[in-house]
Amino acid sequence: MSRNGPLALAYHALFIAFILAPILIVCWVAFTPLGYLSIPTREFSLRWFRAIADYPEFVTAFRSSLALAAISSTVAIGLSVPAALAVARHRFPGREAMTALFLSPLMIPNVVLGVAFLRFFTQAGLGGTFTGLVLSHVVIVFPFALRLVLASAAGMDRAIEHAAISLGASDGAVFRRVTLPLILPGVASGWLLAFITSFDEVTMTVFVATPATMTLPVRMFLYIQDNIDPLVTSVSAVVIVLTALVMLLIEWLYGLERLLAGGGRLETP
Amino acid sequence: MNRRFALPFLLSAPALLLFVGVVLVPLAMTVILSFNDWSMNRGIVPVFTWKNWREVFGDGYYYGIFFRTLRTAALVTLITAVFGAPEAYVLNRMRKPWKGLFLVVVLAPLLISVVARTLGWALLFGGETGLINKSMLGLGLIAAPIPFMFTETGVIIALSHVLIPFMVLAVWAALQRLDPQVENAARSLGAAPAVALYRVVLPQIMPGLLSGAIIVFALAASAFATPAIIGGRRLKVASTLAYDEFLNTLDWPLGATVATLLLIALVAIIVGANRLIERRYAQVFQ
Repeated sequence: MSRNGPLALAYHALFIAFILAPILIVCWVAFTPLGYLSIPTREFSLRWFRAIADYPEFVTAFRSSLALAAISSTVAIGLSVPAALAVARHRFPGREAMTALFLSPLMIPNVVLGVAFLRFFTQAGLGGTFTGLVLSHVVIVFPFALRLVLASAAGMDRAIEHAAISLGASDGAVFRRVTLPLILPGVASGWLLAFITSFDEVTMTVFVATPATMTLPVRMFLYIQDNIDPLVTSVSAVVIVLTALVMLLIEWLYGLERLLAGGGRLETP
Repeated sequence: MNRRFALPFLLSAPALLLFVGVVLVPLAMTVILSFNDWSMNRGIVPVFTWKNWREVFGDGYYYGIFFRTLRTAALVTLITAVFGAPEAYVLNRMRKPWKGLFLVVVLAPLLISVVARTLGWALLFGGETGLINKSMLGLGLIAAPIPFMFTETGVIIALSHVLIPFMVLAVWAALQRLDPQVENAARSLGAAPAVALYRVVLPQIMPGLLSGAIIVFALAASAFATPAIIGGRRLKVASTLAYDEFLNTLDWPLGATVATLLLIALVAIIVGANRLIERRYAQVFQ
């Protein structure tokens, strides 16, 4: 195969700089020793990271985001494993329509889902509740969970299950001891992708969250809308570093390229 | 036999129940809401009226916002295609460790919070940390700082950054299906590199490019956090308009109309574009 010329490599360098610039500047500015936004050159300080602890709004929002992401991605995976097995292994009337419905949150703009959830939860008496927030997040992360579980269920060798059955294993035992271990990489990475998607979601959540159930991205968004100061850059830097750690975990578990190529769209900007 | 028939329905029943209850019903309620009346004193009045739809279609204010939304999305799609496709091509020609490493560097921002990425652009655009204007002024490229914050230019740049990984990913996937020997054959038959690229490689990655364009367009047209932060309150797009109607003005029926219209427009554009691509490139999908 032919190699890239110097022009191609120069373009590549510029492209990578473009991709990384906004992410790096956030982390850089977060270390400013000054009381306002500035780019630290000689002195670096952790004062704005320490300042996060003094703002309970960010700390509680962070905890609530973690709980929300953990619960909703667990529920979504719990629902998607049987649904993926149904879709991957059976031909039944309505199969195509059902799959389209399950993947529809990828196509419906998150702002439309936010509007719809706000209306629905208010009418149903779930307005401003954590339950409502969980239900809405289960819906938007479900397609990611479903896709990854589907991919691993479709790629599985069913002869192993048949062998287990012929050796006298019950249905439950086949699922627990053969099927589940085989689709586990898909299930685990589906859970992680669902977790990140839920943790980062802002467009839909901004409609559903109330001060009592505020998530971290919504809190950051509302804060930035008022004013931008070094505090929000240090909060963002923490989020970026944590996301990078989860990414390393995914890369090690499943492969980031495979995950993203199969995961499609992630969140609305 | 009966049990075999019922099994897939039993397996998918919990998810199906959730999706009917928490997706289909709320969407239907939103469409209904768009036909309700609203007034400052009485709130939502549950009567049937075309008032909101007439307002959205009749008032130049809304017309302008929808036009801006589509224009921004179209420009972002164009920019991501022009800059993303070459990057996917360059990535694909890299050698082993670099290829995978840089693919991850390009795609990984997709997993980083959109609010954090947009904050980065807000920092780069203006004030003490506005490195873009500072360096261009320093190099003598411009005489006065370019306004990026609260302008469409700024929104388009930031949105292109947020969405370009999708384009790289789509073209990258198309390049994986491409036989590298085809390009080499064109070269050995005497085609110049640019000619081989334009007449051999480009037609084959076109379906990938177009499906990437659909994804980018749909996401750009429904973008919320980036236009809200970079564009500010004045420079509204469809999704920030819906947000304002719901949470500031509290005119839910009008907000529901805007959301419904955005959904209909996007579904029509996506389905239409998909049809066109499938017809044009039917042989590629076979």
